[in-house]
Amino acid sequence: MSWLGAFSQSLALLTAVLLAPLLTGWVNACRARLQNKKPPSLLQPYRLLHKLFHKDSVMAEHASSLYRSAPYVIFACMLMACAIVPTLSTDLPLSPAADGIALVGLFALARVFMSLAAMDVGTAFGSLGARREMLVGFLAEPALLMVLFCASMITRSTSLTEIVETLAHRDLAIYPSLLLAGVAFTMVSLAENARVPVDNPDTHLELTMIHEALILEYSARHLALLEWAASLKLFVYSGIGLALFFPWGVAEANAPLALVLALPVLVFKLAIGGALMALIETLNAKMRVFRVPEFLGTAFLMAVIGLLVNVLLGVG
Amino acid sequence: MNALFFVLGIPLLGSLVLALFGHRSFARDVNVLFSLLSFLAACVLTVQVINNGPAWYWSRQFYIDPLNVFLVTLTAFVSLSTAIFSRPYMLIEQDHGKMTPPRMRLYHSMYQLFGFTMLLGFTTNNLGLLWVAMEAATLTTVLLVSVYRTAASLEAAWKYFILCGVGIAQALFGTILLYMAAERVLGPENATLLWTNLNDIKAQLDPTIVTLAFVFLLIGYGTKVGLVPLHSWLPDAHAEGPTPVSAVLSGLLLNVAMYAVLRCKVLTDGALGTAMAGHIMMGFGLLSVTVAAFFLSRQKDVKRMFAYSSIEHMGLITFAFGMGTPVANFAGLLHMTVHSLVKSAIFFTVGHATQKAGTQMMSEIRGLIKVNPTVGWGLMIGVMAILGMPPFGVFASEFLILTTAMREQPWAAPFLFLALGVAFASILVRVLPMVFGDTELKPLAHPPALIPVFAHLLLALVLGLYIPPYLNGWYVQAAKMLGS
Amino acid sequence: MLRHVPQLINLFATLILLLSFAMISQRRIGSLINLFMMQGAALVAASWLLAYATQQPDLYWSGALTLLLKVVFIPWMLQRLIRKLNVRWDVETLINIPTTMLVGIALVIFAFGLALPVSRLSHSMAGGSLGIALACVLLAFMMMITRSKAVPQVIGFLSMENGLIFAATTATNGMPMIVEFGIALDVLVGVLILGVFMFQIREKFDSLDIHHLESLRED
Repeated sequence: MSWLGAFSQSLALLTAVLLAPLLTGWVNACRARLQNKKPPSLLQPYRLLHKLFHKDSVMAEHASSLYRSAPYVIFACMLMACAIVPTLSTDLPLSPAADGIALVGLFALARVFMSLAAMDVGTAFGSLGARREMLVGFLAEPALLMVLFCASMITRSTSLTEIVETLAHRDLAIYPSLLLAGVAFTMVSLAENARVPVDNPDTHLELTMIHEALILEYSARHLALLEWAASLKLFVYSGIGLALFFPWGVAEANAPLALVLALPVLVFKLAIGGALMALIETLNAKMRVFRVPEFLGTAFLMAVIGLLVNVLLGVG
Repeated sequence: MNALFFVLGIPLLGSLVLALFGHRSFARDVNVLFSLLSFLAACVLTVQVINNGPAWYWSRQFYIDPLNVFLVTLTAFVSLSTAIFSRPYMLIEQDHGKMTPPRMRLYHSMYQLFGFTMLLGFTTNNLGLLWVAMEAATLTTVLLVSVYRTAASLEAAWKYFILCGVGIAQALFGTILLYMAAERVLGPENATLLWTNLNDIKAQLDPTIVTLAFVFLLIGYGTKVGLVPLHSWLPDAHAEGPTPVSAVLSGLLLNVAMYAVLRCKVLTDGALGTAMAGHIMMGFGLLSVTVAAFFLSRQKDVKRMFAYSSIEHMGLITFAFGMGTPVANFAGLLHMTVHSLVKSAIFFTVGHATQKAGTQMMSEIRGLIKVNPTVGWGLMIGVMAILGMPPFGVFASEFLILTTAMREQPWAAPFLFLALGVAFASILVRVLPMVFGDTELKPLAHPPALIPVFAHLLLALVLGLYIPPYLNGWYVQAAKMLGS
Repeated sequence: MLRHVPQLINLFATLILLLSFAMISQRRIGSLINLFMMQGAALVAASWLLAYATQQPDLYWSGALTLLLKVVFIPWMLQRLIRKLNVRWDVETLINIPTTMLVGIALVIFAFGLALPVSRLSHSMAGGSLGIALACVLLAFMMMITRSKAVPQVIGFLSMENGLIFAATTATNGMPMIVEFGIALDVLVGVLILGVFMFQIREKFDSLDIHHLESLRED
């Protein structure tokens, strides 16, 4: 493990942890501006985290140790995910430990803990949220896997770093299967990150919540960790999207100068991605919960067709 | 100005003229006149081809050879006799209030246009134009089937359009595949789709592509032939359209579709070298014969029953051509001819019978011989003919097909016998009460046109007893070409 | 640029397939017509691109014909039709949408499998799209069967023709012009007839639900 490798790994992790709330703040600000409202400050999520960390935690009497430890487990999963997605550099010493499939497994782990913790306290809304979350996840996971496989079939590897390296070095080629996979991925990330049209992050009506219902009972530092984990999830998904579909600008191994340049490039790409997400959210209405399987089913099938098109056209 | 120009141009002109004047009282006679003129032109064309052999016209885009020339004449003849039948029939329909003047215009002009599309389909050498003609024939008959504007006829026409549209689209895909196979040998020009050119190079066509192409072409054109399981449009279209339309559907349109299948089969056999095409056709034909016979036994509407009989006979013809021996091909061609003649004759009499009784349900039609002896006897003799009684032509062709089947494909013979037997029993059981028995119906207001009926039946009788030498020579030549 | 032409054509092929799927899962008739128009536009783009790459003027004409017919005239006519017929509600499907999608996937796999040996033999630079074209045809066919209103059946029929024209364009660089004209004429007349029929069905049944058209059955 070279020093540069270790440095780029920790830089990636640090960037993720520090920038994720900023990304969330940017998306919220874009959405507000598109809806003709006065946008909140970009640093608002940081202020929220700061406030939450300084509060006293209030917990139900019969909350189990699962309930207490779930936020930490979830945060750790997201951190691990950030560590293996090549956002700044492909020289990540931890990357051989996990490829795309393990990444999906990390998300699944986080989801399971989230749902169990929500059901742990025994409130009605917790179970409601847990059931809905599992429904979304049950369909979103295969779709995400298929999207990864689309890219893997082109680059002959499931390791994210290898995918980035191969795709960034190819000549500018238009891969129809990646187009289909891209559309599918957008749909999946909208679902997984609790965005309109699957779930409204601003909602106060418990009956329409999915993500909000899961964290309804948490307070103080637990809530802060969960909010941060949600921001990290958005950051990681954006990172995966950029790695699969727009891999240019990510530094290679033994390229310190490129590493320095990679940060502004990443910020730029994330800004555009965030604005696009806000646009999609504004243009769509939240769909009814029983339509969500159709939505995700479409995403899954599009990714499968992307795979088939790759096989048929031979090129992908 | 050669004969082909007249053969094609006269129906087209007729359709335009009748589009303007089709509602007048003389329109029915004008319709007959145009059909007569096209029949005469077809006869002239036939004589030319007998004397001079196969001919190309207009830079090889049109081709007349023994296979299609007698079909052209048959089509023109049956069109003529149906037009003669349609004269009093449509007059009575108008009296009963089922047809209004604008619809008469539509009916007459579409009738002539339909004739044009069929003749175009027979005479064209270009496989793409063959497809266009088939689709156009579908469109004209859709309009003809729906001409009564009742709920049932709209449903029948819609179903017909959708099912045949889908089927024909498969045929287009098959044509595209054939073009692709041909392009590899002949290059991408208009001449590549000409059947004669393809026939010359058929051994060089790639087998993979041609296999796939033939499957699509058979499914596509087979929908229009009425092969099971793609047949469900046929009974509805026959039952709900006017009877002249049922007669031309059964008598002529099914033949055009069969002809298209045959042309493609010749190319496929040449390209593949195996009998795969024949086997598939035999399978479909056998399925059609058996299924149609059993459905037939459950029908209560007279036109639907005879529609299923058409499916059965087309299945038999497909089976015969699938067997592929010269005798079987000869029998198939003969059966195509006599089936057209006899089935249209039956529909003529059935048409008048239903007009008299005011209903198409067989349980309510009785005593035709008492009220109108010619209609009654016409129906009786026609049914005898279609069921394969000697000495009519159907007996001869069915005999040949069955004996060839027993010799070449013995496993299929029991099914054929069973199916034909079931059909025989069902139709006879239902027709006998219709023809004999008591009734209080009054005769029709206008004398029915029964010359066409007896002319057809006479021809079928003649063909059963004695086939004229030039006709025989033709069938043999065509059969040989199909088998080669 | 020429190097990218096969990839661009593959891209358009994938777009056409995507639009076919979108049409199957679409519930609103107005959006259905727009999707059909976009499919026509993608087809035109593919034709013109292929025409530019292979220097065949026939394909320019074929693309222009498709543009005139399938992107301009027929969608305009259909929009007028649904306005007059007042048919703007959601479309019911005979089987629910996720099942439709699964069946669609099976059809796509079937079509690809069928076309794979054939497309390898094609000379055209876009020969691999034959499977996609066949898949579009089969998907449109499924759309025709699983819809219970008249207008989506018509659009399914037209979309099937789109798939066929695409097959002709990619497998063989277009059919001879006279055939293309004949096909276009047939399609046009067919749509006109269907339009007339829809008015009459509406008149007879006061609704365009195809379930009314199922009274003719076997006794």
